[in-house]
Amino acid sequence: MKRLFLLATAASAIATAAGAAERTKFDFWYGLTGDLGEVVAKHCQLFNESQDKYEAVCTGQGGYDKAEQNTIAAYRAKQQPTIVQIYDAGTVNFMLSGAIYPANKFTEEHKLDIDWKGYFPGIANYYATSGGDMWSFPYNSSTAVFYWNKDAWAKINKTSAPQTWAELGEDLKAMKAAGVECGFAFDFDTWMNLEQFSATNNLPVASMDNGYGGLGAELVFNKTAFVDHMKDFKIWLDAGYAKIQTTQVGKNLVQSFADGSCASTITSIANHGTVKNTQVAGLNWDVAMLPVIDTTKRTNSLVGGASLWLMQGKTDKEYEAAAAFLKYVTAADTGEKYIAENTGYIPVTTKGFDLLKQEGFYSDPKHTGREVAIASLTASDVGPLSRGIRLGNFTSIRAEVRAELEAAFTGQKDMQTAIDAAVERGNQILRRYEQTYKGAALP
Amino acid sequence: MEKRATFSNLWLAAAFIAPQMLLIFVFFYWPSGEALYWAVTLEPPFGGSNDWVGLLNFQTVFADPKYWSSVRISLAFAGIATALSLVIAVILALFVDRRLPGHQVYKFTFFLPYALAAPAVGLAFRFIFSPDAGFVSAINRVFPDIWNPALDGYDAFALIVFAQSWKMVGYNFIFFLAALQSIPRSVIEACAMDGAGVMRRMRDVQLPLIAPTLFFLIVINITDSFVDSFGIVDITTGGGPARATDLMVYKIYADGFQGKDYSLAAAQSIVLMLLVIALTVIQFRYVERRIHYS
Repeated sequence: MKRLFLLATAASAIATAAGAAERTKFDFWYGLTGDLGEVVAKHCQLFNESQDKYEAVCTGQGGYDKAEQNTIAAYRAKQQPTIVQIYDAGTVNFMLSGAIYPANKFTEEHKLDIDWKGYFPGIANYYATSGGDMWSFPYNSSTAVFYWNKDAWAKINKTSAPQTWAELGEDLKAMKAAGVECGFAFDFDTWMNLEQFSATNNLPVASMDNGYGGLGAELVFNKTAFVDHMKDFKIWLDAGYAKIQTTQVGKNLVQSFADGSCASTITSIANHGTVKNTQVAGLNWDVAMLPVIDTTKRTNSLVGGASLWLMQGKTDKEYEAAAAFLKYVTAADTGEKYIAENTGYIPVTTKGFDLLKQEGFYSDPKHTGREVAIASLTASDVGPLSRGIRLGNFTSIRAEVRAELEAAFTGQKDMQTAIDAAVERGNQILRRYEQTYKGAALP
Repeated sequence: MEKRATFSNLWLAAAFIAPQMLLIFVFFYWPSGEALYWAVTLEPPFGGSNDWVGLLNFQTVFADPKYWSSVRISLAFAGIATALSLVIAVILALFVDRRLPGHQVYKFTFFLPYALAAPAVGLAFRFIFSPDAGFVSAINRVFPDIWNPALDGYDAFALIVFAQSWKMVGYNFIFFLAALQSIPRSVIEACAMDGAGVMRRMRDVQLPLIAPTLFFLIVINITDSFVDSFGIVDITTGGGPARATDLMVYKIYADGFQGKDYSLAAAQSIVLMLLVIALTVIQFRYVERRIHYS
């Protein structure tokens, strides 16, 4: 009898627990790792605590490229998550995949009130289709900025960051003479050196509006000022003004800037918080917009980061839960403000930016300078060359450019020959991509 | 005289073999078949339209000078890393076999590296050999720019060779030691009585007697350096600088998983598989003939 009673209690306990847990679950996969990954995980937790109807099951995939690979593998096995965070370079694969639920269609069908016009044009245009439709939700966004050590510049009696590349070159020379060992740290990442450089100077990377016009685009950056720009880098390297800083050398760009060994570098605004947290005591630094060739012709820089994509083939209940989640994480206060406060990423809508300004976010000494990223993204109207880059298999093209730049900077090849080779190999990749998607039109 | 034991009941024999065949099918033939299918079609990342393209993927692979340089690097890597780790392992094993003081400790510590996963080895080597921050930076301070795997392709290549041989030494060592200890003591003692010194005994008696083990280890090491070196390359050099350490297996990863060009990666996998098979066949056909199993 006693045993029966125990059993009954146990059974009812399980039943109540099940009742409480009857929240609609859905999967969300993200690519950010480390501190940033924890911020995303916390975002999920906050959402789950904010209501009791839905539950986001959030899983870090260990990197942006892994998040894309795993989603592809999962989709092929029909195990795809409902929402996935995909980085900028994966956008074109997802647009052509036929596996996604376009964001603009989703918001209509699930009565999600998103003001697409509220996004900064630089951000909206980057992720939109060529027709201007948004197929994903911009989430964490950044852009490249110039990090500079004020004390190093003070040695040459300057109090402001260089505005043009020519000015930077002169400053580096003067700083070298003033005893600065490493004036500028760079690596072979094409995002800063090629993509942002081309966007801010209104130079094409590829034909057909950098690929937005269709899959037939061809690379053209071997015929632009990019070549001379890289030649300048080589001159600075050889003269001892600048240094190559990669993880393989021992310190990457951010580390070599934060410990004061290099006086300037170019990297994402997302590293603003990292530099603040890891800098040596007393490092007196600031960020500025990227130098350009001609300041009167500065165009906006490109957005980097990732957006949230909805996958096809999930149940209505899961989509309903996903809609609630997206509403939460894209809202100005629970979404953008949370991301901006906990990372170096920037707000993505004017509403979010205004909210942060009102609350005095940018006057806090911890965040001073972050508004530079917004200024850089909105430096001009978005034109066809500063909109973004939409090329198939861009990851491999980046790898080709990186390998050729390595060859040029280590003296194995002349700069022009190396960049020509990168363009030629990159074009072969583009033609393969076009052939793989034969008959498909880029949306 | 019939020496073989045979099953009279074929069904029973088949039942015994079946689990093994199933495993081989699921983990070898099926994936290989799939890879072959992808290698003759153009596979979009999310699946869907597989257009038959015949040998186009193979033509693309073979027409690429970077691919051939990757093959050369892989062959050099396999040859040098295997030779280096075998030589070091056999020397260590000979010493331990002579029961020098502390040989039990050596036996244990020499084997440890093999217990580490390749990426962990890579990480350790990256820290030790990093030109600015690692232990080697002390040497760089004395001789500036003598060592920089981030910019010098030869240094980077040497780095991955060291890492791979270091990882394999422990494994090779255990096999060599076991082989040396299975040589009857009486043989060694007989040599000693005939006046052969330590070196002479090693060269003329011990090494020839462990030749079968040596052969086995060559096969294992070469295969391992072709297919299991990925973790080391990924962590230490990422295939660079300027593709100086772009091993075949790393190129497959980069094209397939980073570039999402599954067809190109599948074609390269098929080529790599055939290459490893060919190398193994050559070894069994020509090298093994010269070895006498006792």
